[in-house]
Amino acid sequence: MLPKLFFGLVITLAAIFVFLLGLTILVGLLAPFFNTVPVSYNFRSIRARWTSTIVAIVGIAGTVGVFVAMLSLARGFKATMVASGSPGNALVMRAGSSSEMMGGITLETIKHLGDKTGVARDATRGALLTQDVVGVVALPLVSTGTDANVQVRGVSPNVLQIRTFVRIAQGRMFQPGLTELVVGQNASKTYAGLQLGNTITFAGGRWKVVGVFDAGGSAFDSEVWCDSTILNQILQRPSNIFQSATIHLTSPGEFQSFKDAVISDPQMNVDVVREIDYYAKQSTTMTKLITVLGSIVAIIMAVGAVFGALNTMYSAVAERGREIATMRALGFSNLNVLLSFLFEALLISIVGGLIGCLAVLPLNGLTTSTMNFQTFSNLAFAFKITFDLLLMGIVFALVMGVLGGLLPAIRASIRPVAVALRDL
Amino acid sequence: MVKVDGSGGNASLIKVRDLDKTYRRGGEEIHVLQGLNLDVDAGEFIAFMGPSGSGKTTLLNLLGGLDVPTRGSITVAGDEITHMSASRLTEWRARHVGFIFQMYNLIPVLTAFQNVELPLLLTKLSKAERRDHVETALSVVGLADRMTHFPRQLSGGQEQRVTIARAIVSDPTFLLCDEPTGDLDRKSADEIMALIEELVGKHSKTVLMVTHDAVVAERANTTLHLDKGVLVEGLQSGPRLTTVGGHA
Amino acid sequence: MKFARIIFANLKRKPIRLLLTLGSFAVALLLFSFLAVVRGAFILSDVASANRLIVINRTSIINLIPLSYRDKILRIPGVTYVTHYNWFGGIYQREENFFPQFVIDPENQRQVMPELVVSDDQWNAFLKDRQGAIAGAKTAERFGWKIGDRIPIKTTLYGGGAWEFNLVGIYHGKRPQDDDTQFWFRWDYFEERIPQEVKGQIGWYVLRVKDPDDAPRVAKAIDAEFLNSPNETKTETESTWIANWVKQWGNIQVLILTIGGVVFFTLLLVTGNTMAISVRERTSELAVFKAIGFSDRSVLFFVLAESITISLFGGLTGLLLAKLLMPVLAKGLSSILPILILSWGILGLGLLTALLVGLLSGLLPGLGAMRLRVVNALRRV
Repeated sequence: MLPKLFFGLVITLAAIFVFLLGLTILVGLLAPFFNTVPVSYNFRSIRARWTSTIVAIVGIAGTVGVFVAMLSLARGFKATMVASGSPGNALVMRAGSSSEMMGGITLETIKHLGDKTGVARDATRGALLTQDVVGVVALPLVSTGTDANVQVRGVSPNVLQIRTFVRIAQGRMFQPGLTELVVGQNASKTYAGLQLGNTITFAGGRWKVVGVFDAGGSAFDSEVWCDSTILNQILQRPSNIFQSATIHLTSPGEFQSFKDAVISDPQMNVDVVREIDYYAKQSTTMTKLITVLGSIVAIIMAVGAVFGALNTMYSAVAERGREIATMRALGFSNLNVLLSFLFEALLISIVGGLIGCLAVLPLNGLTTSTMNFQTFSNLAFAFKITFDLLLMGIVFALVMGVLGGLLPAIRASIRPVAVALRDL
Repeated sequence: MVKVDGSGGNASLIKVRDLDKTYRRGGEEIHVLQGLNLDVDAGEFIAFMGPSGSGKTTLLNLLGGLDVPTRGSITVAGDEITHMSASRLTEWRARHVGFIFQMYNLIPVLTAFQNVELPLLLTKLSKAERRDHVETALSVVGLADRMTHFPRQLSGGQEQRVTIARAIVSDPTFLLCDEPTGDLDRKSADEIMALIEELVGKHSKTVLMVTHDAVVAERANTTLHLDKGVLVEGLQSGPRLTTVGGHA
Repeated sequence: MKFARIIFANLKRKPIRLLLTLGSFAVALLLFSFLAVVRGAFILSDVASANRLIVINRTSIINLIPLSYRDKILRIPGVTYVTHYNWFGGIYQREENFFPQFVIDPENQRQVMPELVVSDDQWNAFLKDRQGAIAGAKTAERFGWKIGDRIPIKTTLYGGGAWEFNLVGIYHGKRPQDDDTQFWFRWDYFEERIPQEVKGQIGWYVLRVKDPDDAPRVAKAIDAEFLNSPNETKTETESTWIANWVKQWGNIQVLILTIGGVVFFTLLLVTGNTMAISVRERTSELAVFKAIGFSDRSVLFFVLAESITISLFGGLTGLLLAKLLMPVLAKGLSSILPILILSWGILGLGLLTALLVGLLSGLLPGLGAMRLRVVNALRRV
């Protein structure tokens, strides 16, 4: 009971704090509209002390830039995985497998899957499904010359009718029964030797690259596809065992009934998930890692930026002691002075935030690659900067601004007028 | 003895010959000092007066080695300072000159003791020896009991007294004062001037003082006026009336 | 030193500003430490041993190689000991509880990996119990395991199923950069339980050579031995292997260096500005110093001494904070980045960088103070 009460209290206090923070930011930003101290005073003061202002702006811009960049890295990684797959496809693996690589389902089982309700069919009434075998092959990277693991996926020859978001961009699809490859556009760029027309050797077989496919920026763009039956042979695996089957459903809405039918079948010991859910899950570790690391960096930088902002604002208050005293002597109230300084701090921080966002914007779409720990293979992804991330960056900047500006603003407003005038 | 016509002998403590100082301001050349001469013996107390911009402070700065003349020579205790290098001049200043400015003399973050000690940090004296000198200097100015106070805890007059203590602590050849009482009320000003008089009378210090206050100038033994770039002896000073010297 | 009092007195002039500047340095050094440690975790510097080689299937590490290769490898001159591993990849209770599990060869494990230390009686217990298991100290601590516990692990590889082990020992790495998170169990128990079609295969070999300089020749010899077989091998020294593994992570270095650069540039800017403001406020005081007879260079010295003192104390605080917080971080990230060490090298480099920033931030204002002319500074307003 007591821990719950304590927890509730903490949440309430946090909520109040956040609310007050937001209110202060709002009031500060809107100050020019109702404050008696003119905004031109702020602009002129900023111009008079432009070096210090630039310094504060750079500090905030740097922090916001790093913040947005790291989050967009994580977003990009996640987006690649999330974009992988279609909601109208169901992925089936052996029960209990956490990933395709772990599982094994027989050809028998796959055939039965094709008979279930909701499965889409092609012109000849054959079930639209692909039986996949996944392996990993070490190939040299273009960038370093050293090996990285590329995901090789054996698929059924009609895979393009199941993964409808994939299309052949160059060349042609592989022919069934031959050691031919079609490579994802990212894989083609990342690995030496995966260009159209090349032949590479692995697992004791010679494979010709006959096509490059575009998988819409998903994980598949980092993969290499071939005929799954051939792959099984080359890797000396049992010919009737595959690692997953992906079934194209007549519509995404059919998923639940398909799943129910499969699960209730006592002869099948499999798990059924939507293809997109499966891939989203495959990215969790890496996404978490990047997000955690990025957040730690951003928070530490933010503390530093707040210190910098505080320093700048306190110096501003100190240097303008005489002006403040004069304003107060002229009749501007404490609140007027406080709001004026608060507005100035927020103005500086919003400019810093905007600059930070603009500075990292060019990164959007920049591809990089790393090893997806969960699949053990190399995955190319791109920085993904969305509007809401930029918004978060600006809000972050404003929070730093209010934290760095409020106390100095309060100090400016409560300084006894007589003391300040005595310095004249 | 004080002379302004360049006729003093080699026995003078301070000997200035043909001193010129020219400034450039806004494209114009301003000749502040023109062929100025001065001889000062040890133990003299001189007040320099003159209208604003006449070059009183300039002269003081030159005598104190804070500035270099355009032409001419300044010799103090046998050392010709006009051609000294900047670093030698700094060393010379530390040993020979005590400064008392109108304001901003004391370092606010240091105590009275530490402020007075400052010039001694440039010497090779031990900590105990330094303490000795500082305490002596503070007693002379009557502030031994305020050693550990910070400048903000002292009145204006007390601050100037600490400044004087600092100026004399390393036993310099002469003291240069630029409007020492300018920032003070009448009572404190009187106290300060009494102290300076005592330094001259009892402790045989040589003092050169710039002031615009005639009452303050009265306290000096000699008053010289800066006029058109040269020194002229005061019309109202008593027995030591000499001829007007220098350029006509 | 007799000037120390003046320097400290000046620092205390504006306490809030001093605290904020110290804080800025502390924060920057904390971040520096964090970045350096994370980089170290990815780069795995100093982990490799000079006299070890790793043999994997040429196709990829995922593919298995026959156990029968072992004897052939042993016969190659220069090879002293050979051991083998299989990646087990099981789940303990929940997927998030990940830690690496290896099937090991008890006979040669200690000879090839002597830095992972197990007490003799624990090792003997392991040799006696076929279902025995040894866990790394970090993993044992993470789950609160004790000797004698029964550890259940589910796997979907190798035919799937629920396996159980008796925890008979705990190993510690001798060096701070050793991985203390692994879980070992015996090859013979493993062979017994797996399906027929996957028996007799291992994941990779690790072997020791007598002379580290001999390693490249041995590597070539091993790969030549199995050329044109159904399972060709690829043999590399441990350091090459790790370096290539690191490269797969991508441009972590660039990322970290970029962030680090941004941080330090900003710090320099902020601190430099603070010093400049502080010196500007004291123009008349500095003039008094010069009038009294302090040389121009001594004034520069005062300013630099101030900025370096701030950077020194602020930097040390940040590094101390990093040292205190590192165990917390290590615990949180142990499943993904097991090796997080804050070495003395990192601390030293950090301090040096802080001092450099302190020096540079005081330089411009200091030079300005040095060139200050007394007559200008004391001119009556």
